[in-house]
Amino acid sequence: MTVQSTSAAKPARARVDTPFRRITRQFFENRLAVLGLIILIVLTVPAFLAQWVAPQNPYDIGTLDIFDSQLPPLSKSSTGDITYWLGTDGQARDVLSAILYGMRTSLIVAFSAVAGALFIGTAVGLIAAYFGGAVDAILMRMVDIQLSFPAILVALVLLSVLGQGIDKVIIALIIVQWAYFARTARSSAIVERNREYVLAARSLSLGSRRIIFRHMLPNTMPPLIVIATIDLAHAITAEATLSFLGIGVPVTEPSLGMLIANGFEFMMSGEYWISFFPGIALTLIVLGINLVGDHLRDILNPRNAQ
Amino acid sequence: MSTFVINRLLQAFLVLLVMSVLVFVGIYLVGDPISMLVSPEATDLERDAVRESFGLDRPIFVQYVTFLGSALQGDFGRSFLTGEPALQLILERMPATVELVGFAMFFSVVIGVPLGIIAGLRPEATYSKVIMTGSIFGFSLPTFWVGMVLIMLFAVQLGILPTSGRGETVQVGAIELSILTLDGLRHLILPALTLGLTKASLIIRVTRAATREIQAMDYIKFARAKGLSSSRILRVHLLKNVLIPIITVAGLEFGQALAFAVVTETVFSWPGMGKLLIDSILTLDRPVVVAYVLIMVLFLVLLNLVIDLLYMVIDPSSREKVRD
Repeated sequence: MTVQSTSAAKPARARVDTPFRRITRQFFENRLAVLGLIILIVLTVPAFLAQWVAPQNPYDIGTLDIFDSQLPPLSKSSTGDITYWLGTDGQARDVLSAILYGMRTSLIVAFSAVAGALFIGTAVGLIAAYFGGAVDAILMRMVDIQLSFPAILVALVLLSVLGQGIDKVIIALIIVQWAYFARTARSSAIVERNREYVLAARSLSLGSRRIIFRHMLPNTMPPLIVIATIDLAHAITAEATLSFLGIGVPVTEPSLGMLIANGFEFMMSGEYWISFFPGIALTLIVLGINLVGDHLRDILNPRNAQ
Repeated sequence: MSTFVINRLLQAFLVLLVMSVLVFVGIYLVGDPISMLVSPEATDLERDAVRESFGLDRPIFVQYVTFLGSALQGDFGRSFLTGEPALQLILERMPATVELVGFAMFFSVVIGVPLGIIAGLRPEATYSKVIMTGSIFGFSLPTFWVGMVLIMLFAVQLGILPTSGRGETVQVGAIELSILTLDGLRHLILPALTLGLTKASLIIRVTRAATREIQAMDYIKFARAKGLSSSRILRVHLLKNVLIPIITVAGLEFGQALAFAVVTETVFSWPGMGKLLIDSILTLDRPVVVAYVLIMVLFLVLLNLVIDLLYMVIDPSSREKVRD
């Protein structure tokens, strides 16, 4: 903070490099991150438009023709009007359509879980950092204990208690992930707490809720965005894994994990496409998110910002 | 040092107690195991008799205290399904899981550390970027799917490796090991590879970060100024310090992998304790689930303690912090 910036900054305003512009520019400088973004767009847009773009509604029993089951990729349907680009499964469902619908389920679960965990974790982290003392000690002890248990184990046991269902998977994933956000939010909020603008807000005797959420929260966001991105990949993998084990989403709303599980027995007899392609889709989504997240971490890291 | 250990042990005991309440109450709220235990045609009278014989008619608090009392003596109840003691069931399966996870971790360290150091020494080189991109790809792969693809390639298409089970085992003391026979080793390769792949990617990243950090340290510059050969600097000054974070991460990941073995064991029908957990969850075999979770908690708490102690042995500067 020097005096000279006040007079010199004004005429240059128009070309000033805002943080948003800097981040966007740096993001597009990295080819791998852009590749990740392209992969994500190419996969998620059709998934959310599955109802309109999928060749078939795989869960409408009426449209399925049992003579078309277990057809290899590029087969024509027995009626001749559909080409099964990625083949069909044991119930004559078009694998491509099943992947599009499955991805939608996987993405909805992952987005909801990460949003929930981000919300709860950030609130806990900010409260711990702002109040300090015993509140901080108790909350962070809970975080430590939570983080010392493998996520998959906690989710497994939770789901065995809660039962199957999309909502239950989301709850289990929130419980598994909130602690990461709490820890990150706390550590970056502790730095912010001692900054001058918080002192200034305090000396104006603003309420603690207002200081925490209006002043400190925006400044603690960058690391949280990074964690949220990478956690999205974890959530998608975790949901797929739980569904693969048979305790995730119900059979009526198959996610990618369940599609892969359904094709497992067919793989043994050489009909690889039933679970191979859903697996590719799953890997590509997670890879896309990780490529974007990895680069976001580099550019949002304050150490690299200057 | 001893206060630290005692503190940690007390803490561990508290965590165990809290977890036992949570798990016990949680698991015991689910479903009615009586429906699994008696035939559907049983009369209400017969159901009540079975309920009473398992002590399931008593209030949950009494059930918990009874459970805790026997658990402290090593009795976690009997499996509803087989009637065998739950603890014994788990301990019988434990060596298979530990063997699988140990082999997988060994594999991931052997692959991960050299690649991580290579990528850390020359971060801008093309081969370093290839290694790092490969590691992102590595941990993006869903474990269970990798297992299935490996089965498809090596077992179904090429027919050179088996798909399931442990193969031939050798009795060493009270436990059986697959790793000592050729057949057992062939059974172990695919599951261990599946489990180790993600871990190797992680080890690469940790090693690279540590290498970069340590390379900038004064003692490395000083060693160079002294004219030591770069291979000596690498072996003595760098590797020793890189190992500190790796031991922590590998130790923590060992616990994670132990839990994650559930997935690998399901894919490869590996007769370990993870497969037992899934089977028990699906059949509502409560005593086995509770016993598994508590044994895992105990194991993880002890593992964390061991890592902390090990850390103090290798990293003298961390001893200072404990004294405060």
